[in-house]
Amino acid sequence: MTTAVRRGGRRRRRVPLVLAVPALVGLAFLVVPLAGLLIRAPWGTLTDQLFSPAVGQALVLSLVCASLATAICLVLGVPLAWLLARGDLPGRGVLRALVTVPLVLPPVVGGVALLLVLGRRGIIGQYLDAWFGISLPFTTAGVVVAEAFVAMPFLVISVEGALRGADPRYEDAAATLGASRWLTFRRVTLPSIAPGLVAGTVLCWARALGEFGATITFAGNFPGRTTTMPLAVYLALETDPGAAIVLSLVLLVLSIAVLVSLRDRWISTPS
Amino acid sequence: MSRSFRALALAAVAAGTLAGCGGTDTPAAPAGSGSTAPTVSGDITVFAAASLTEAFTRIGKDFEAANPGAKVTFNFAGSSALAQQINQGAPADVFASAAPTNMKQVTDTGAITDTPAVFVRNKLEIATPAGNPGKVTGLADFAKQDLKIALCAEQVPCGAAARKVFQIAGITPAPDTLEQDVKAVLTKVSLGEVDAALVYRTDVKAAGDKVAGMPFAEADQAVNDYPIAACAKAPNSAGAKAFVDYVRSDKGTAVLTQAGFAAP
Amino acid sequence: MTLHAELTIARDSGFQLELDLRIEPGQVLALLGPNGAGKTTALRALAGLLPISAGLVRLDEHIWDRPPEVFVPAEHRPIGVVFQDYLLFNHLTALDNVAFGLRARGADRTTARATARRWLDQVGLTDHAGTRPRALSGGQAQRVALARALATDPALLLLDEPLAALDASTRIHIRADLAHHLADYPGHTLLVTHDPLDAMVLADHLVIIEDGAVVQTGPPAQIARQPRTDYVAHLVGLNLYRGTADGTTVRLRDGGTLTIAEPGTGPVHVAFPPSAVSLHPENPAGSPRNSWPVTITTIEQHAHTIRVRLDGTPSVLADITPATLAELRLTPGTRLWATVKATETTAYPA
Repeated sequence: MTTAVRRGGRRRRRVPLVLAVPALVGLAFLVVPLAGLLIRAPWGTLTDQLFSPAVGQALVLSLVCASLATAICLVLGVPLAWLLARGDLPGRGVLRALVTVPLVLPPVVGGVALLLVLGRRGIIGQYLDAWFGISLPFTTAGVVVAEAFVAMPFLVISVEGALRGADPRYEDAAATLGASRWLTFRRVTLPSIAPGLVAGTVLCWARALGEFGATITFAGNFPGRTTTMPLAVYLALETDPGAAIVLSLVLLVLSIAVLVSLRDRWISTPS
Repeated sequence: MSRSFRALALAAVAAGTLAGCGGTDTPAAPAGSGSTAPTVSGDITVFAAASLTEAFTRIGKDFEAANPGAKVTFNFAGSSALAQQINQGAPADVFASAAPTNMKQVTDTGAITDTPAVFVRNKLEIATPAGNPGKVTGLADFAKQDLKIALCAEQVPCGAAARKVFQIAGITPAPDTLEQDVKAVLTKVSLGEVDAALVYRTDVKAAGDKVAGMPFAEADQAVNDYPIAACAKAPNSAGAKAFVDYVRSDKGTAVLTQAGFAAP
Repeated sequence: MTLHAELTIARDSGFQLELDLRIEPGQVLALLGPNGAGKTTALRALAGLLPISAGLVRLDEHIWDRPPEVFVPAEHRPIGVVFQDYLLFNHLTALDNVAFGLRARGADRTTARATARRWLDQVGLTDHAGTRPRALSGGQAQRVALARALATDPALLLLDEPLAALDASTRIHIRADLAHHLADYPGHTLLVTHDPLDAMVLADHLVIIEDGAVVQTGPPAQIARQPRTDYVAHLVGLNLYRGTADGTTVRLRDGGTLTIAEPGTGPVHVAFPPSAVSLHPENPAGSPRNSWPVTITTIEQHAHTIRVRLDGTPSVLADITPATLAELRLTPGTRLWATVKATETTAYPA
């Protein structure tokens, strides 16, 4: 089959059918469920549900915990990424595999693992409890820990990839100008990997916000303290599906707002 | 070939039987041993409250022994979650709930049309980790802020019962977590993560050495009735009915009593 | 205040570099050699980006590198480097790039920017202070890189192929600019290049290295007159031969004989420029001159002359005018006679 060449212009590039059909199916697969939320939303009672104290509580808690978890991931994850990308360690490959495990581990399993280590009778938790009186399960801090555990690999992998792609010669240049290694890292390396860093941070935050399995297993469920939005949705589904849809819509709108504000900047590679 | 023919025949018989006696409490064929009730086969899916885990698993095995060719699969979870699932169209044959309210959620939508039968009763007990590290003495301790306490969420039968009990006793509890089903609460206790929890008597028994139980007076005033019924759109209605009958038979009742359930 | 470097660098690949350099203040030393000779390795060692395997790097009484005890890393050496790709920081403006070294060494932002602005004026880029490196042309980027390297007042300036990334016309212009700046700069300068013109124009002293070893050093003019290796000769565009002299006849090592002006004995180099070679369709008779049959292999067009490579005993390079090319109808494969006057040759002991 030949495509006629238009006179005086470029040939319009048509997507081949073999690609177009699965692509459209894939698009529908992702978009239709989201549309379903909008279609079935209880628009009548929406405003009442939206401003109920339970929803507000869960939302604030979710935002605060996700942000704290992301902050922890940044403080610990960026140096870890640097170590994996630039450190001269033997067994780096094994380390990297271990760091990636929470990515593929079912979140509930992660929660169980955290419980066994940081629970009141946990391997480390028992000392935390006995010596400092610190107990993480059933606390907001526990939520932050659970979220950080599942979300950190996203940040580490993203930043490590960016660091590997960064040109080390710029760091040489900075050294010849008298910059210490720390100054070089702050003012030359980090700015050069900014897109990858932002991408990792956004993914990390989004993952932390949506975490459910590890949170409910490790931190339990209590309104205002550990009931995050995903938990609230799950609970509401059993008693009041309308409320569940409203909560889901809030999360959906929030996610879209975050992605739109970043406007593709974080997925496009620097030219 | 012959197998499917047999199933068809059974279905015909079952349909005839149900049509004849719809709406009665007792099954058409007399329950119990020594009857000439035909054996059933095929898969039977039972949605049962979490507190029934150990007892029903045992009953399931016994049922399979009595009915070779039948295979019983269980879905144990909080009764409210199960009710929701059935209402959304989950392919269950039998539903056994830990409270009438959750059964009502299902009968209200017509997913169950038979009149449910109460087959056991259960009451609450205080559970502490073995050795009672929190030095819990009674229900009043549930108001203490410095103890770690786990309760069922209110929409789950054991949570509703707990609420009633606290109301009667005039205590405001200070829980640290509200779990989705009673087994999750029990796990927290057996892991030692909480100092005290309210679970069913049967759960304390099932947990063996890991958990210590402590009865309390108010429990008798908030006893849960457990109803059971076959589903209207059961994929295997003959099997469903047979299972319900078996549970209510002497054999079933014996297992349940041994687990700590009270007679209806 | 001499910069003294005796470098021995052994790389994992098996490559070995041995180099002895001395640079006086205000002097520009050019390190010249083919790719892979080790020039950039030497520069990185002086910069402190690479430790030497053995030897010494010293600026007066400050020892920068003396294995195994002493190694001063790059950030603690008073150096300025202009890299081949300039390596300007893309997320900073030209001004902040130039100010970077000053800020890194502790200056506050205002002072650093003021000094940086002065340097940008010096290189003629006042209007581009706020421009990002991606928006600068090659020549402009080179000048910013130079300003950045000089802004911290380094004792040693290192230039790694500073003009290589520029196109021919820009290069001529920038080279002249660079010569001015280097003349004003009071510190020591090491220029690494493979372009002989850079070396000739910018350097006071040349060190030519091949395969990790020095083959010739000296002022540019001297090297041009008396090249010691084929590479150097080719570099400066000379015909160079090795042979044994017996009076005024030299028996060439690779075959053939040449007659030179001054008698000599023993092993000698004989050199003459391509412009001294004349081409004839037949063997001309006449005054004492060297003449032998040759065949054209390639013809290259240079600025105003044509350079012809000829195969023969010996092979030779000849520069001719376009008129001659047309007149003799020269093409590769044409057979001719090459002649060189004895007086045009230079002979010196090998």
